[in-house]
Amino acid sequence: MFEYAPAPESRSVVQIAPSYGLFIDGLFEEAKSTFKTVNPADEEVLAEVALAGPEDVDRAVAAARRAFETWSALPGSERAKYLFRIARIIQERSRELAVLESLDNGKPIKESRDVDLPLVAAHFFYYAGWADKLAYAGFGSDPKPLGVAGQVIPWNFPLLMLAWKIAPALAAGNTVVLKPAETTPLSALFFADVCRQAGLPPGVVNIVTGAGDTGRYLVEHPDVDKVAFTGSTEVGRQIARSVAGTGKRLTLELGGKAANIVFDDAPIDQAVEGIVNGIFFNQGHVCCAGSRLLVQESIAEELLDSLKRRMATLRVGDPLDKNTDVGAINSAAQLARITELSEIGSSEGAERWSPECSLPDRGFWFAPTIFTGVTQAHRIAREEIFGPVLSVLTFRTPDEAIEKANNTPYGLSAGIWSEKGSRILAVADKLRAGVVWANTFNKFDPTSPFGGYKESGYGREGGRHGLEAYLA
Amino acid sequence: MTATVMSDLRSLLHGLPGVDKVGVEARAAALATRSVKTTAKAQAIDLAIRMVDLTTLEGADTPGKVRALSAKALRPDPADPTCPPVAAICVYPAMVPVAFEVLKGSGVHLASVATAFPSGQAPLDVKLADTRDAVAGGADEIDMVISRGAFLAGDYTKVFDEIVAVKEACGSAHLKVILETGELGTYDNVRRASWLAMLAGADFIKTSTGKVPVAATLPVTLVMLEAVRDFRARAGRQIGVKPAGGIRTTKDAMKYLVLINETVGDDWLSPDWFRFGASSLLNDLLMQRTKLTTGHYAGPDYFTLD
Repeated sequence: MFEYAPAPESRSVVQIAPSYGLFIDGLFEEAKSTFKTVNPADEEVLAEVALAGPEDVDRAVAAARRAFETWSALPGSERAKYLFRIARIIQERSRELAVLESLDNGKPIKESRDVDLPLVAAHFFYYAGWADKLAYAGFGSDPKPLGVAGQVIPWNFPLLMLAWKIAPALAAGNTVVLKPAETTPLSALFFADVCRQAGLPPGVVNIVTGAGDTGRYLVEHPDVDKVAFTGSTEVGRQIARSVAGTGKRLTLELGGKAANIVFDDAPIDQAVEGIVNGIFFNQGHVCCAGSRLLVQESIAEELLDSLKRRMATLRVGDPLDKNTDVGAINSAAQLARITELSEIGSSEGAERWSPECSLPDRGFWFAPTIFTGVTQAHRIAREEIFGPVLSVLTFRTPDEAIEKANNTPYGLSAGIWSEKGSRILAVADKLRAGVVWANTFNKFDPTSPFGGYKESGYGREGGRHGLEAYLA
Repeated sequence: MTATVMSDLRSLLHGLPGVDKVGVEARAAALATRSVKTTAKAQAIDLAIRMVDLTTLEGADTPGKVRALSAKALRPDPADPTCPPVAAICVYPAMVPVAFEVLKGSGVHLASVATAFPSGQAPLDVKLADTRDAVAGGADEIDMVISRGAFLAGDYTKVFDEIVAVKEACGSAHLKVILETGELGTYDNVRRASWLAMLAGADFIKTSTGKVPVAATLPVTLVMLEAVRDFRARAGRQIGVKPAGGIRTTKDAMKYLVLINETVGDDWLSPDWFRFGASSLLNDLLMQRTKLTTGHYAGPDYFTLD
């Protein structure tokens, strides 16, 4: 192979301040108590960020409540102007935001540049378009916003998850208090600056940073009307318990253990790409990742040979290098979990394989890994690993594929690979998963609703359906 | 060929895994975003120059034009002796003796299109005579066209037999089989035609004549690279690939090299196994090469016009 020379994206396109306070009522406050956020690729501290306590959350919710009166009274076409403006500013600042996202999260720049940022802008554009058409969205002739939305988002797609939460909320006339994940707070704080730049009225968007406790204060706050959470099923359960009986509206987008089903009549080369994209995209930190490969036994050997050959070309390393395919694991804690579950996979008798790849000395890294000889009884076939680890299972018939695919407590996504259209439709019909991709995987679009069955959560985000969570 | 063998041929071609259009185009587009800079770019440019089949296939070709082009093939950059020669000159059969006089003994190959290029719509004996003439004139590489009409009509036997016959007429000359992918319509057909040509004895498979609106594209070349990779795994014989037509810039050439690098790897990163059929590409490669060595761009008048 000819080696590509290093092609690093410039770090200097983003200026990160030494510390950031909370963004409440249109102003950045002075940070009192703080925590550090690091670059997972080299463990360098990027900034100190305010740790929001109960009083801070109180003030943020109060600011959102005050802003709600005027924001919700604006004509939809006026709210749309702000959202369009935000979308355009995001496009203008997309290079800066992409570098920031890669620094704080560890994802390769080619993904933050080509996937995250374009989708973030697209979400704001899309919901901006809905703001003056809510009466035609199918939720009654005069749907009303709910009030203050408390939103808690994960670290895997920090800015994109923010967009999924904030864009429909604002379009529908709600105001929000958003808590970004503890390990990836920076892009949300830069988004706060985007809101100021767009002239968004104070209090419409408030950002409170912190860890699990801050999130708990927010979702349990009595003056929050709507809770939206994306994250682990375990935390989702706690939130569902704390919200039960309060009258708050709740949507949860939780874990997954998606089956990516490859039939013997699949377009093999593209299926291999789909498998790689399904599990190694964003280091496998994707709730809808295709983490269980179900391959028809008659082609399993051939397919796995192709997959291994392809995996050997994956470039793992510096997230800011434009040629990097797989970046850093987001945190030490997540790396520990991936490592632990992989060791369990080996000890339960599955065969582990990774391509040769040298990993950097500093930072959090995990080589792309597949486990073959996995059965439904293995923990790595049942539990969400949330890392670049694929479990390979085989099946004999379409019925068996469907049974195995559905045999999980989760139900967020699934993939089907076959050149036979009738089979795709028949199988998709029987899969209990919110999203079923056919001959592709991990494709996202603001017009398409996204959400899960069973322990993968409830409610939909994206599309017309995504408005329902923010309207009464 | 017996009837059984031919029906086997049909089931073999139709039994190849399908190609998903959206998927293959997305993969090619993703690889096209690779960033090849500095030292990697310098190496890649020299490799690309060594892979060029410098081509002129015009009705207006004259001995003078072909002599000039052949001279350029030997020394693409007269100002820089470290610049390597191209792989080959590619001309019409009538121009082969002219090019041969300039190129003989130089190591630069002499390719000739043959078999009623570009349409392939001529009787077999005409195609074979065309081929023999070119070889007799000194061509050591023959670029033939397949009968797209016969292929699209499902008459794989005819296409197969023609390739076998032309291969035989080539003698020791290398045979490149032009699939004219722009007329095949689907990626499935590109994969089938690739296998058909390889089974019939092609040494190279080539995308296009350059005479129809759609010539070489990245996804088509990707499908062909997958085909030669899989064919070698199955049949044990390595086949070369030549995209031709529409590749004009260094940036384009880099994308193709990345495609080879990440699909079939090292074994194909050589002029023996990969060629660019191009005319204007060479000067852009030379301009970029000069830019890398001197640090600034020279105007087009500093590169020879041939």
